[in-house]
Formats: sequence, structure tokens, C-alpha cells
Amino acid sequence: MSEVKYSKEHEWIKLEGDVATIGITKHATEMLGDIVFAELPEKGSSVEKDGTAGVVESTKAASDVYTPVSGEVVDTNQEIVDDPSKINQDPENSAWFFKLKIKDKSEMDSLMNKDDYDKFAKENNT
Amino acid sequence: METKKTSLYQLHQDCNAKFVEFAGYQMPIQYSEGIVEEHKFTRNHSGIFDVSHMGQLFIYGGDELIKDLEKIFPLDLKNLKLNHSKYSFLMDKDAGIQDDLIITKIDEGFLIILNAACKDNDFKILKELLKEKYKMVLDENRSLIAIQGPKSSQILNEVVDGVKDLNFMSGNWFLFDNQKVYITRSGYTGEDGFEISILNNYADKLTRELINKGSKLVGLGARDTLRLEAGLCLYGHDLDKDKTPVEANLKWAISKERISKGDFIGSDIIIKQLNDGVTKIRVGIKPEGRIIAREKTKIFNQSDVHIGEITSGTFGPSVNGPVAMGYVENKFSKKNTKVFLEVRGKKYAANICSLPFYKKSYVKGVN
Repeated sequence: MSEVKYSKEHEWIKLEGDVATIGITKHATEMLGDIVFAELPEKGSSVEKDGTAGVVESTKAASDVYTPVSGEVVDTNQEIVDDPSKINQDPENSAWFFKLKIKDKSEMDSLMNKDDYDKFAKENNT
Repeated sequence: METKKTSLYQLHQDCNAKFVEFAGYQMPIQYSEGIVEEHKFTRNHSGIFDVSHMGQLFIYGGDELIKDLEKIFPLDLKNLKLNHSKYSFLMDKDAGIQDDLIITKIDEGFLIILNAACKDNDFKILKELLKEKYKMVLDENRSLIAIQGPKSSQILNEVVDGVKDLNFMSGNWFLFDNQKVYITRSGYTGEDGFEISILNNYADKLTRELINKGSKLVGLGARDTLRLEAGLCLYGHDLDKDKTPVEANLKWAISKERISKGDFIGSDIIIKQLNDGVTKIRVGIKPEGRIIAREKTKIFNQSDVHIGEITSGTFGPSVNGPVAMGYVENKFSKKNTKVFLEVRGKKYAANICSLPFYKKSYVKGVN
């Protein structure tokens, strides 16, 4: 049983056991436009909740990718580094960014469910 | 100050444009297909750009005007044929670039196309330099529509008969809907194309007809990636008052005839720099790998010494990789010189390269 949650920085997070898969939402990709560059955290490194954990760039500008929870990076998706346009094509599925072994499941509690996020995204359409 | 709208504003909205404020205007940055698709469509087919925010300055006068303008621009204007255009710049006395522009000889004088952000200031400067001797009109009643890309000649010719016979960097008056439009074969994308000066009331109709014939609207986002791949400068970024045409590697645009005599604003500095060389110069920079180095990125040499700065950088959709240009110390400007770019605290390898990144396909002559 896994549930997908969402952050105000437009990341999605899916928890399976104590491993969380994180990516950016479709809404985020629509705001960014064509993504042409992606940078991911290093495998084995630790990331802190709400800290930067990567970068995406469109033709126009660079944007940080934040992690909605803390943990150790156990895997990264090299496919999106090699072909960043995959992020626009399938952002909430095959174009995940990184997987974390999380420390504290309670960090998930403050995140939004799908309905709340959709409402939030609609209200923050900039 | 309230932002201005061009006469294509409604059409941009109809085509789902995302707008940005640019030089006091509400301008389309992109439409629903996005920058990469718009860029590729222009390279492979035909894109329409609303550049009505740019200044269209008409200066009326004869031989005396030519003499007076030669004191301002480093051009051989007395030998510029009717309806022919030249790229040039408005310099200050230190040869700093106050704007870059296209000047065209027309029947009654000259038409100068100016950058949107500079046009009001340019008008003031030119009015003062010409001592108010000539009638000058910065025409707000005309729109400027560019159509660029390999299919543009065929498409525009279906709407305005005869344009296909224009040579590159020349223009003429044509008729659209019984209205006089001035069309030049020029542009800023590295593709064959045209710029159309048309009364505001007819701009929407003309553009919709071009769309019906298969062209598509393209926003400022793709205009930027297209011009950068073509190695063309953007004022306020690659050019400004702290840079001279020689430093900007634009000496090809300065008339040799005029250099031998001097006597134009900034000529002392230009001649000195041409003789003695410059300390910094604009170059193309190709990052290794996929890293994008944007404006203000610092450039280092192999000994980790700071040697310059990026002035424009993005991802080039046709090159399928990052592209940039910037200024480096002259001794590091040779092609294939290895440099390092500092992006988010890390240094990435790049190479100095020749411009353009994407080879032009301008039509030189069709006659």
C-alpha cells in the first residue's frame, strides 16, 4: 500500500516501506516549459527536508528541486539526466528524480494529498 | 507606467500566449507548443514574430542628412543604395554601444529599426545630434512583423506578391489589402526571412493570413534561442555602453572607407582598438556536456584565473546542447581554448568556439 503525497514546491513523493521515490509534478513541468537539463543528488549523500536536492533548467531559467523529506539517496534516475525531455513527457511516473531511504516517516504528515495539491496548484498558478 | 500592448495582442491571446513584460510591453514569451517546438518549427518551416515593440524611426532628408548621419554611424551611407540595409550601432564618444540597429535607405530619407528598450533614448540622442534639422518620426502607428524560416518566402509571397524577389538586406514597398507595407529581407534568427512594417490596423489581418498559409506564431523565448544559435547579439546583454563594436567582434559592420577617414562619434577609440588590439573580446563558448551557463557566469582559464563572463547562455534546440557567448581576455579568445565555467559553485569545462553555433541559410541573391 503506497500513497502519493505532494509538496508546496511541486514535488511528488511516493513511499514504499521506508524508501521514498521523489519527482516533480506535471503542474511544475507545465510552469517550467521544456526541460533541457537535470541535475540530481549524489547516490549515498544525505538530504534534509526542504533542502535543495537537484536542479532543472528550461531554455529560460534554472530552478532548484527540493526534497520534501530527509534521508539518504539510494538511487537516482540517470535516464532523465541523459534525456531531460522525458521529464515533460512522463513527470509523475517514469521520470522520477531520486529515491531516499527516509529517516522519519512523520515528515510525510505535513504534505498534501492529491486533492489538496490540485487545489493548491490551481491557486498558485505562477 | 502602464504596460503597452501591440496590435497583435488579441491574436496572441487567441493563440494561448504566455505573456511577459518586456521593455514596457506585454509580449508573448511562448505559445502552447513551447519554446523548443517553436524554435524547431522556425528552423524547419516558418515562424512569425511580433516585434512591434521595436522602434521604427523615420528620418526625412537628402544629401545633408546623409552627411550628418555619417558623423554618427560608421557607415558609408553616401554609397548605400536605395532600399538597401546595413547593421550598425549608435555609439557614445568612447565608442560604447548605446544601441544596435538596422538602417535602410528609403526614398525620403532613412528608416532605422531600434531596440524597444533603447528607442526613446535613441530618439533623444539622435534629435540632439542632428540639431533638430530634420523631421524625425518614431512611428507608433506601424507594427513590425517578422517571418523567418525556409518556407517564409513562399508563404509571404502568397500573401504579398513579389517579396520572393527581394535580396538579403534589401527592401521595398509592397501592397497588402491596398495598403503600403515596407518589407525587408532580413531578420534575427539565422534563417532566411522578412520584416514587415505595416499600419497597426492591418497587422492582425496580415498575421492571420500568414498563419492560414502554414506559418505559426513564435514567442520571444524561441527568438532568444534562435538568435543565440545564430551567434547574434542581444542588446543589454551581449552589448552595452561598456563594450565597443571592436570588443563585440562586430568590426565587419564598420565601413573600411570610414575608418580610413575617421570623423564619426567614437572613431578615435575604434581606430585605436583596430590598430592596438583590445583587452577583452566577444567569443562563442561551447560547454562540454549538458551544463547550461547563463548570463553573468564567470569564466576561468586552466590556471583558475578569472578571465571573463558569459553574457548570454541557454540550451540550443537545433544544436541539441548548451550554447553561450561572452567576453574573455583577448589572449584566451582563440578557438578551441579550454576554459572553465562556474555554475552553482562548481567548475565545468568548456571550449572557445567560432560563431555561429548554427549555420545560417540566408538567401544572398535570387535574381
